[in-house]
Amino acid sequence: MEKRVLFKGIWLPLLLILPQIVITAVFFFYPAGQAIWQSLFIPDPFGLSSRFVGLGNFDYLLSDPYYRASFVTTAIFSTLVTLVSMGVALYLAVLADRLIKGSGTYRTLLIWPYAVAPAVAGVLWLFMFNTRVGVVTWYLGLLGYDWNHVLNEGEAMGLVVVASAWGRISYNFLFFLAGLQAIPKSVIEAAAIDGARFWTRFRTIVFPLLSPTTFFLLVVNIVYAFFETFGVIHTITSGGPQQATTILVYKVYSDGFVGQDLGSSAAQSVILLVVVSILTIIQFKYIERRVHY
Amino acid sequence: MATVTLTDVRKSFGKTQVIHGVDIDIADGEFIVIVGPSGCGKSTLLRMVAGLETVTAGEVRIGGERVNDREPMDRDIAMVFQNYALYPHMSVFDNMAYGLKIAKTPRAEIEARVQTAARLLQLEPYLGRKPRELSGGQRQRVAMGRAIVRKPAVFLFDEPLSNLDAKLRVQMRLEIKQLQRDLGVTALYVTHDQVEAMTLADRMVVMNAGRADQIGAPLDVYADPRTEFVAGFIGSPPTNFLDPAAVGGQGARLGIRPEHMRIGPAGSGRITARVLDAEPLGAETLIHTRLPSGDLLTIRQDGAAPIPGEGDEIGLAWEAADEMRFGPDGRRV
Amino acid sequence: MTAPARTRKAPPPGMVERRGAGLWLTHAGLILGVAFIFFPIWLAFVASTVSQPEIVRPPMPLLPGDQFFENYRKALVSGINAPVALMLLNSGVMAIGIAVGKIIISLLSAFAIVYFRFPFRRVFFWLIFLTLMLPVEVRIVPTYEVVAGFGMLNSYSGLILPLIASATATFLFRQFFMTVPDELAEAARVDGARPMQFFRDILLPMSRTNIAALFVILFIYGWNQYLWPLLITTDPSMNTIVMGIKQMFPSGDDIADWPVIMATSILAMLPPVVVVIGMQRLFIRGLVESEK
Repeated sequence: MEKRVLFKGIWLPLLLILPQIVITAVFFFYPAGQAIWQSLFIPDPFGLSSRFVGLGNFDYLLSDPYYRASFVTTAIFSTLVTLVSMGVALYLAVLADRLIKGSGTYRTLLIWPYAVAPAVAGVLWLFMFNTRVGVVTWYLGLLGYDWNHVLNEGEAMGLVVVASAWGRISYNFLFFLAGLQAIPKSVIEAAAIDGARFWTRFRTIVFPLLSPTTFFLLVVNIVYAFFETFGVIHTITSGGPQQATTILVYKVYSDGFVGQDLGSSAAQSVILLVVVSILTIIQFKYIERRVHY
Repeated sequence: MATVTLTDVRKSFGKTQVIHGVDIDIADGEFIVIVGPSGCGKSTLLRMVAGLETVTAGEVRIGGERVNDREPMDRDIAMVFQNYALYPHMSVFDNMAYGLKIAKTPRAEIEARVQTAARLLQLEPYLGRKPRELSGGQRQRVAMGRAIVRKPAVFLFDEPLSNLDAKLRVQMRLEIKQLQRDLGVTALYVTHDQVEAMTLADRMVVMNAGRADQIGAPLDVYADPRTEFVAGFIGSPPTNFLDPAAVGGQGARLGIRPEHMRIGPAGSGRITARVLDAEPLGAETLIHTRLPSGDLLTIRQDGAAPIPGEGDEIGLAWEAADEMRFGPDGRRV
Repeated sequence: MTAPARTRKAPPPGMVERRGAGLWLTHAGLILGVAFIFFPIWLAFVASTVSQPEIVRPPMPLLPGDQFFENYRKALVSGINAPVALMLLNSGVMAIGIAVGKIIISLLSAFAIVYFRFPFRRVFFWLIFLTLMLPVEVRIVPTYEVVAGFGMLNSYSGLILPLIASATATFLFRQFFMTVPDELAEAARVDGARPMQFFRDILLPMSRTNIAALFVILFIYGWNQYLWPLLITTDPSMNTIVMGIKQMFPSGDDIADWPVIMATSILAMLPPVVVVIGMQRLFIRGLVESEK
């Protein structure tokens, strides 16, 4: 797609695009290049020189049980976050879509958490489940359940999943509701006249027609779970207990900044780079498809 | 107030040539209409005069000066676009005043010129409105007003009426003609509508596939088309074409206008045809017929004349002087 | 979204639209969802209005107390490491800086890409596109080194600049410019407008809604940044509020000052929530557009 009308000139457009290119070069490409470069070296303990190790850092990483565990953790975490946030959002969107009046009010009430930063969401949920003062912890105690996400790995994972999913429900809800409202009512009414009950209609008509939205949200939510949940994890568990909630992004941070293991951190960055690239390409393919149909 | 001269103007997009050398001489104050089917290159030609497209080869002169390399604003032209191209966020007044503001015209003069144009176009009550609050006809006037206030030497119109309904189109056509006469500005007008071309033009240019097939006064072009294409394109209903073998004489194609054919009883006249259908329009009646060869002919007769029945055999006659014969290359012989 | 509701004629009773008990069940389900969404925020608000002793002896109350002014005053004026008022200011500067910066450089580059032909245009376009694949999280250590090298640690420029190159905003504006009829630019050329006059007088005013919608999204994006400010602001007076909350927790076994922390959390979510709720229409538009 190109415009027919063009203004003449070469220097003006170059000048116009310059700020973005400079910032992109300095803060995106140079650091990314550095990450790739550093991933091939191991710095000496004093940081004065470094030794070329080729793919040594990657070899080491991929055989490192902690790193492999982090991969598994990330996979479990993203799957759960995506399922929980999309599931709840779809449920609420279907309900809101059934209302003739008032769906706007519910929408206003449900989009709040979008504005809440993941790190703040983490603090809110940490407060509820705090082992000493948490109100939910206390009521669970009354029921005889001893909640302690500081020690229990499963509970820690559960808490970061719920806190991450909670913040994401609004976003998914908005897109699901828009998708549902875009389905022509006549189609659903025709199915109703054909005798399909609500659940049958949902399964055979609504959900298939909603699949573009669902697929789009699937990719977007995985990206979110991979990269944007750092704040939740950092505030609630700091990756613990025993690295049970150390997702890949958290590990890049903790190895690079806390552990000062620059070679390994750089290699991890490169691996993440590959992951984002794959996700972006999937997303882009999907967008392309949407444009064509 | 200027002459416009196109000398062997050519245009290529990449390797495809779309204008194959056009020569037009436009006199000062003349109203020229470029007419042709879509894709014939008429808009491209206009846009080259405007300076919105570069000229691949040849020369465009306005007021005697070569303007090939000048920006549109330096050509002393104004243009009315098909979709009006009004700035949606500006009021009618600002739309008309924008060009003058850029030219740093004094505020008082801008005011005066816009007011004059608004009065001329009956837009005074709407000066404060946004384009989306106007009807199609009013938007059209604003587009015209924007052209007028600049007091250009040449008006360029790119199918300005094609977005209006039929009734409004007729009215605006008259207004455009009147305005151009009053202002005495040279006008170059592009349309695909041959009625518009016939009614507006001092001279018209019939374009076909990137060439100017014929340039002349509307009635001259109508009466004496230079090519088969022009004969078929100008006139409604269009010229009938048949194979000269059926009636004898030279040429590859024979054209006769519907009003030049007369109906007689079967066996009379030059050729026999079968009536398919008759369309009585009141003042006139169109009779559609088919020749044994399969060619379809339309005859236009007076509304009061008797109408033959469907399926009737009739004889068709015409004057030899009304015959238009064309060679295999489509040119008149 | 009143439009879809208006177009729906009442369907046959009981077929598609729920009546009676079904309608109440629908409302009940939604209210349950709203409660789930609101409960954490409500608790935080309650905690920000009671005293520390009321919290550390569980269960804490579920209705607001009388310490509202005291807690918020304490948070805003003194905070724990730095006054929260200062952190709010830092967040505001960062969020507005990122939003405005992204919008400006994206408008300019989209204008160049759409309306001009110049050498390396495609290369630049792809370079910008590739930034989609380089979120801060992926290149933290080297980006930190670059920023440190420029001496931009603990500075607004360090907070803002690395985050203002945005492929998303550039694409959004490119997309919008593509839908602007070519004739408008031609008319402006005939009117004598130079490229930048066309940009300022025609294109910018026409992009107002898009700019506003994008501003809402980018403001929230900037306000909610966590990892980046965490890395580059070691000086508490440069902390942003979102990352500053975590710094308010004591290390070791000390008990956190929950009322002040919760008051800070409420303050941290207030500006973006006001923006989202107040500009809901623009926000939803921005959200949908920026994901296209």
